[in-house]
Amino acid sequence: MNWENIFSNALESAIGRDAMVYALAAVGLNLHFGYTGLLNFGQVGFMAVGAYGVGISVIEFGWPLWAGVLVGIVAATMLALVLGVPTLRLRADYLAIVTIAAGEILRFIFRAAEFRDFTGGSNGINGFAGDFNDANPFSNGQYGFWIVKFSETQIWVLTVGWTLVLLSVLLIWALVRSPWGRVLKAIREDEDAVRALGKNVYAYKMQSLIVGGVIGSFAGMMLALSAGSVQPDNYGTATTFFAYVCLLLGGAATIWGPVVGSMLFWLIMSFTENMLRQAVDNDYIPDSIMTGTQVGQVRFMLVGLLLVLLMVFRPQGIFGDRREIAMTTR
Amino acid sequence: MRRLRGRADAVGAGPLGPRRRLSARPLIRLLVTLVAVVGVALVATAIAGPAGAQDPPTTAPPTTAPGGAPAPVDSGQVVRGILRYDDEDGEEVPVEGIDLTIESQDGTFSQDVTTDEDGAFEVPVPGPGAYVATIDPDTIPEEVTLKDEDRTELAFNLGPNQSRNVLFPLQFGEGTGSSDTFFNRFLRLGVEGIKFGLIIAICAVGLSLIFGTTGLVNFAHGEMVTYGAIIGYLFNVTIGIPMLLAAPLAILVAIITGFGIDRAFWRPLNRRGTGLIAMLVITIGLGILVRYIFLYQFQGFTRTYADYQLQTRGLELGPVTIVPRDLATIIISVVVLVLVALFLQRTRIGKAMRAVSDNRDLAESSGIDVEKVVGYVWAAGAGLAALGGILLGLSEQVSWLMGFQLLLLMFAGTTLGGLGTAYGALVGSLVVGMFVQLSTLFVAPELKNVGALIILILILLVRPQGILGQAERVG
Repeated sequence: MNWENIFSNALESAIGRDAMVYALAAVGLNLHFGYTGLLNFGQVGFMAVGAYGVGISVIEFGWPLWAGVLVGIVAATMLALVLGVPTLRLRADYLAIVTIAAGEILRFIFRAAEFRDFTGGSNGINGFAGDFNDANPFSNGQYGFWIVKFSETQIWVLTVGWTLVLLSVLLIWALVRSPWGRVLKAIREDEDAVRALGKNVYAYKMQSLIVGGVIGSFAGMMLALSAGSVQPDNYGTATTFFAYVCLLLGGAATIWGPVVGSMLFWLIMSFTENMLRQAVDNDYIPDSIMTGTQVGQVRFMLVGLLLVLLMVFRPQGIFGDRREIAMTTR
Repeated sequence: MRRLRGRADAVGAGPLGPRRRLSARPLIRLLVTLVAVVGVALVATAIAGPAGAQDPPTTAPPTTAPGGAPAPVDSGQVVRGILRYDDEDGEEVPVEGIDLTIESQDGTFSQDVTTDEDGAFEVPVPGPGAYVATIDPDTIPEEVTLKDEDRTELAFNLGPNQSRNVLFPLQFGEGTGSSDTFFNRFLRLGVEGIKFGLIIAICAVGLSLIFGTTGLVNFAHGEMVTYGAIIGYLFNVTIGIPMLLAAPLAILVAIITGFGIDRAFWRPLNRRGTGLIAMLVITIGLGILVRYIFLYQFQGFTRTYADYQLQTRGLELGPVTIVPRDLATIIISVVVLVLVALFLQRTRIGKAMRAVSDNRDLAESSGIDVEKVVGYVWAAGAGLAALGGILLGLSEQVSWLMGFQLLLLMFAGTTLGGLGTAYGALVGSLVVGMFVQLSTLFVAPELKNVGALIILILILLVRPQGILGQAERVG
C-alpha cells in the first residue's frame, strides 16, 4: 500500500477540479434548496446547458469564448424559466419530479444521433478550450506544495474555478443578507405568510431559481473548459445527487457549507477509492469479493449511504442549524 | 435558547406529534435496520450474482435478426459488422457512410462510428458487459431501407474475451410486407404501448398509493421494481423453479421486504419526526445504495429469464400479431389492476387506504390505525412493483438499471393522472406507455422517452392536478 500516494491523491482531490466544480453546483443549489426551499433535482441540467452553450458557440458557430459564456448564461436563464413556470406554483415535490425529468430530457437530446451535427451526439464536442488555455499566465512546470502537485493547465483551471467559487459565495452572502434574501428565507419557512404580506412569492422563487441555475451553469462551463470537451454522459442524474451530498454534508443554508462540503466529499471519495483500489491491486482483498471494476461501484454505494445517514442523523450537515432547513413540505 | 429550539422542533414535527428526544435506542435500532436492509439486498442478490457469473448470458436477445447470429471471436474485445444489401441482380453491395453508435447500457462507454467503403465498421470496447448498437436511419441512402424499420437498436451482451458481429439487415428499395404501412405500424406500436403502459401502471399504482398515504415521493421505487425482477431471476434461473411458481414467490418475498422495511425503517423515522423532504432525500440515497449493490452483485449484464423467451409464433388478432407472452402480460396486468381497484373499493383495508389518502388526520381521528395502513401500503406497493419488474423482465430483460430507467416514466404517469390518486396513476401510465411507443412513429427510438417527459411538463402547465386529480388552490 502506497500511503503517500493515497494521501496526496486525496488532498489533490479536495482542492482539485471536481471539488471546485461541485462546490459551484452546490453553491447554486444552496440558494435553491437551502435558502428558498426549492427542491431542484435537475441542477445537472443547468450544468449541461452551460457546458453545451460554450461548446456549441465556440465550435459550431466559431464565436469567441466570452460569447460562449454569455450563451451559457442565457441558456441557463431560459431553462430556469421553462422549469419554473409550470412548477413553482405547485407543491415542492412537483418541482423535484419535473427538474429531474428535465435533466434527463436534456441529456437524451444532447446525445441523440438526430442532432449530431449540432451536439456531437454521444461523443460530445471536443477541443474548444483554445482561447481559455491561451490566456493561461502560468508557464510550463509543476505547481503545488508539500505532496500536492498540479500541472500548469490544471492550476490555471483551478485558479479560475476557485475564483468563481469565491465570487459566487460572496454574491450569495450579499444576497441572503439583503431584504431580497430575507424574503427567500421567509418563503422557505412559510410561503402562505409571505403571500399574505403581499409579496409575489412566485416571482421571488423564479429569481432564486435563475440565480442558482446560472451559478450551476458556471459549474458546467468549468467542467467543460477544464477538459476542453463536453460529453453528454457526464451530465446524468448522479451528478445532481453528488452535488446534493456536498451541500448537505457541509450544511444547507450556510454560506461556506457547500464549499467545505464539496472539498470534504471529494477528499473522502478519493481516499476510499484509492485505498480500495490499492487493496484490490495488492490482493489484500481477493477478487472473489471485489474486483477492480467494482471499486468504482463501491463509491456510489458510499454516496447513497452518506446521503441516508446524513438525513437521518444530521440533516443540518456540519455547519448548519436544524431550524434553518426546509425538511417538511407544506 | 433551549426553549426556542424545543418549540421549533415541535412545530417542525408536523401532524405526528412532537419530536421525541433523541435517545440511544432508536438510533441503534435505525442503524441496525440500515445494516439489515443492505444485508438483505447483498445476500439476496449475492446468490443471483455468482450463479449468473458461472453461466455467462450467451443467449442472443430473442429479437436477433435472421443472419445476425453472434459470432464470438477470441481476439481483443471489439464490436464489428458489415452493412450491405442485395441489389436487383442479387449482388451484394456494401453501404458506406452509415452512422452507428455503440454504447454500454450503463452509460460509461459510448462510441460513434461510420461504415467505410466496404460497409464495415469496428469499435473496440472496454470489456464485457451489456451494450446497445444504434443505427442512424437518416444516414442510410435513399434507395436502401432497414428490413425492420422500427428496429434501429440492437441490445446484446458481451462475455469476457468475446467480440461480436452486429447486423442490421438492409434491403433494396422501399420496404414491403405488412409491417410497413403506417396504419399497421400504428396498430402494432399501439399494442406495444398498451402492454408497456400496463406495466408502468402496475408499478406506478404502488408509487401513487405510497404518496397518497404518506406524502412521500419514493425515489427508490425503481429499485423496488428491480428488486422484484432480480428475486424472480434468483428463483427462476439460479434455483430453477418454473416461472409460474417463481413469480408468485418473488412477489411474496418483495411484499415481506416492503412490509419489513416500513416497520423497521420508515416507521421509526416517522416517529422521530423526520420531515418529508428529508425522507425524500433518504429515498434517493437508499435508491443509489441499493442500485449499486445490485450492480455489484448482479453485474452490468442484462439477463433473460429461463422461460417464455423464444416466442416466434404469434397469434393473429385481426391485423395485429401478438406473441402469447405479450398477450399474457396484458391479461395478467388487466386482471391485477382490476383486483387492485376492487381491493381499494370493497375491502376494509382498501377503504382505509383511501381514507388515509384523502385526509390523514381525519382518518386517524375516526379510529383508523394509520401506521398499520401505511405498512400495508408499503407491502402492496412492493408487491406490485415486483410483479411489474418481472413482467418487464419477461418482455425485455433483467438488468440492474431497469427500475431506475422506468422511474421517470412512473413519475410521468402518476403526475399525469394526479399525484396520489390510484386510478389516476393507472390512466396516466397508460397514456405515457402509449405515447412512448407511438412516438417512435415520428421520432428516433432513442428520443421516445423525451416525448413522455415533455408531456409531463406541459400537463403540469395546463392542468397541474393531473387528469383525475382534484383541483386545489395552488399559489
